[in-house]
This record gives sequence, structure tokens and C-alpha cells, in this order.
Amino acid sequence: MTGATRKALLDPLFNNNPITLQILGICSALAVTTTLAASLVMCLALTVVLVLSSGAISLIRNHIPTNIRIIVQMTIVASLVIVVDQFLKAYAYQISKQLSVFVGLIITNCIVLGRAEAFAMSNPVRLSMLDGLGNAIGYSLILVIVGALRELLGAGSLLGYQLLPLVTEGGWFHPVGIMLLPPSAFFIIGLLIWALRTWKTEQIEKPEYQIHQVHRTEVL
Amino acid sequence: MEASLSLFVRAVFVENLALAFFLGMCTFLAISKKIETAIGLGVAVVVVQVITVPLNNLIFHYLLSAGALTWMGLADVDLSFLGLISYIGVIAAMVQILEMTLDRYFPALYNALGIFLPLITVNCAILGGTLFMVERHYDFGESVVYGLGSGVGWALAIVALAGLREKLKYSDVPDGLQGLGITFITVGLMSLGFMAFSGIQL
Repeated sequence: MTGATRKALLDPLFNNNPITLQILGICSALAVTTTLAASLVMCLALTVVLVLSSGAISLIRNHIPTNIRIIVQMTIVASLVIVVDQFLKAYAYQISKQLSVFVGLIITNCIVLGRAEAFAMSNPVRLSMLDGLGNAIGYSLILVIVGALRELLGAGSLLGYQLLPLVTEGGWFHPVGIMLLPPSAFFIIGLLIWALRTWKTEQIEKPEYQIHQVHRTEVL
Repeated sequence: MEASLSLFVRAVFVENLALAFFLGMCTFLAISKKIETAIGLGVAVVVVQVITVPLNNLIFHYLLSAGALTWMGLADVDLSFLGLISYIGVIAAMVQILEMTLDRYFPALYNALGIFLPLITVNCAILGGTLFMVERHYDFGESVVYGLGSGVGWALAIVALAGLREKLKYSDVPDGLQGLGITFITVGLMSLGFMAFSGIQL
């Protein structure tokens, strides 16, 4: 693997993760993660759309007039999302009901348009598709972690298999109800960001307002 | 009247687009550092939402849904699979038209909202509002109320968050949580607060 390929594919995993650093694609990351199965399907759907749209946009990047590029990109993305949506409705109807409007919302998932604008418009096809794949994996990584945590702690199961025996069925595990409610997703992602930035300290944001720290030896 | 009031309150508080359905989160987190800009963006979202939700409602009922084309003599045509691409087209076009109209007739408002309007096309709260309207089978009147309510709810949430973040910058936050991390935790707590509204029946 050459340097550019490796960078396009691997950078978005930790060093430039779309969710924790670029603030892209957060809506769906929070909403569909109540169960691991739903998160996995969402990741797959986004990966397909992101890789194909990056490829398609990169393929015609020299023919798109700059002032209507957003509409062209939107049309490409929307067509791909319709295909994915119809496919899910045909072959995985239960999951598609559970994801409700969030499959359609992949159109406005900022990762897709963000990568199209920032990368696919100025890079060759193969590299753009790899960049799409890398970002999709970075997104999936966060989604799977959040989905697994919420399902395990909220219902004591993973992918529907009961791992922790519930109190109601004679076991010992009290399900943590808040994990199934919206606020928990915010807390988990907030704490994930904290963990990631403790590891990769260069991602820490500078405080906007620094309280002046007076050291004991300093003369005021 | 009572029904629409109940729908409005539900859309603003109980089913708040930002805090209960996480819609428009990217803009919500990125543009909430100052109260003034948050108000500008909030107003822009309300305006676009009030226009696009009812418009998409008309398009769905008279062009796309099953049997909608009976007036053209095409009774068994179902175009609802074209929904997504039509809605996003309508939203992009409406935002463009709104931008040009404001520029021509209300330059003061245009200068205040200017930079936020193009952002709204990719704000999932707008497309989300339309998709919920279709999924829940609202009629035209309900879609007007829902558009207004969901827009106001989103605006309320972003202004409240901006207020919190203006105070938050003076507090001593652990390094790793600085910025995005602490904002997530704050929004989580706000969302917890908004959950107290759930179960309200009018």
C-alpha cells in the first residue's frame, strides 16, 4: 500500500474520525443505536452509499459546473439512497421499519456530502472510493461501540441473544433503562470522545477562555 | 383547534426534533457557540420548515402517493419510491428561492440569515420533518402546524444550548472533554430535561 492509499483508508479510523473529530453524521449515530442489529444495518447502508457516491462523483468531477455542484451531488446521493431504501424494504422489512426515516436521512448525512465536497471533487476515483470506505469504517466503529453498549446494558442482550440474565426472568441483571432512551447516546459519545482524546492528545481543543493560573512562585 | 394545539405542543416539546430524534445534530453542535448566530439559524429553520413541510405534503398527496395520478388517468401508478429525491429537490429549490427573495426584498434579514441559508439544505431536521409528516400521514392542515411546531422546537433547543455554552466557556473542563466532549454531555442533560415533557396529553 502506498502512503496516499494508506492515509485515505486508515486516517479516518482514529486520527480524523468523522464523528468524534469532524462532527459529521451525528444524527443517525445517535438515533439508530438502541440495538446492535439496527446499528450494523445502518453502517452497511451508509458504507454502500458513501463508497458508491464518492466513486460516482469523482468519476464526473471534471464535468460538474461548480455553481450547481451541490444539486448534482444531492441527486447522485439521493438516487443511491433510494436504491438502498427499496432494497431494505424488500429484503429486511423489520429492520427497515425500525430504522424508519433514518435510512432516508442518509441523504442529508453530512459525512456523504462532506466527503464529496472535501475529497471526491478533487481526487481520482480509486482514492476517493478508498477515502469513502475509510470514513464509513470510522463511522461504523463508533456506531457499533455505542450500539453494543446500549443493547448490552439496556436489555442485557447482543443481537437479540440474552447474555446477562434479567431479574424479571430469575437472573441477576437489572437492565439500565436510561440506555434505551435518547440521552444515553449523548453521554456515551461524549465519554468516547474523552477516551479518544486522552489517547490522541493532539485532538484536544484549546479552551476559548483561559482562567489565569497564578503559580505560587509567580509575582503578581 | 384543540387537536392542532396538541400537535403543536407535542412537536415543540415532547417530540423535539433535536433532543428526542437527534435531527440536525451536526449544525446543532457546530453553530451553537453564540446566542445571536443561534437565533439567526433558528429563525431560518422555522421559516424553511413552515414552507417545505406543507409543500412536500401537497406533492406527496397529489403526485406521488398510490393512486394520486388518477386525475391524469393513471389510476394504478405508485410513484412513492421517488419520494426522497423529490423532497430533497423541493428543499434545495425552496432554500435557493428564499435566499434570492430575501436578497431582493429584505436585505437586512438576508444579511442576518445569509450564511445559514445554504447550510439548511443539508440540515437533516428539514428533511426529517418532511419524512415524519409522510410516515405519520398528516393532512395539509396538520402538516402546516407540524412544520411550525417542529421548527420552533429545534430553534428553542439550539438557542438554549447556545446560552449554556456561552456560560460553559468560563468553566474548568478536563482537557479531553474540552469543546465537543462537554457539549455532548450538556446536550445529553438537556435531552434528559426535555424527556420530562413526555406523556403530556392535551
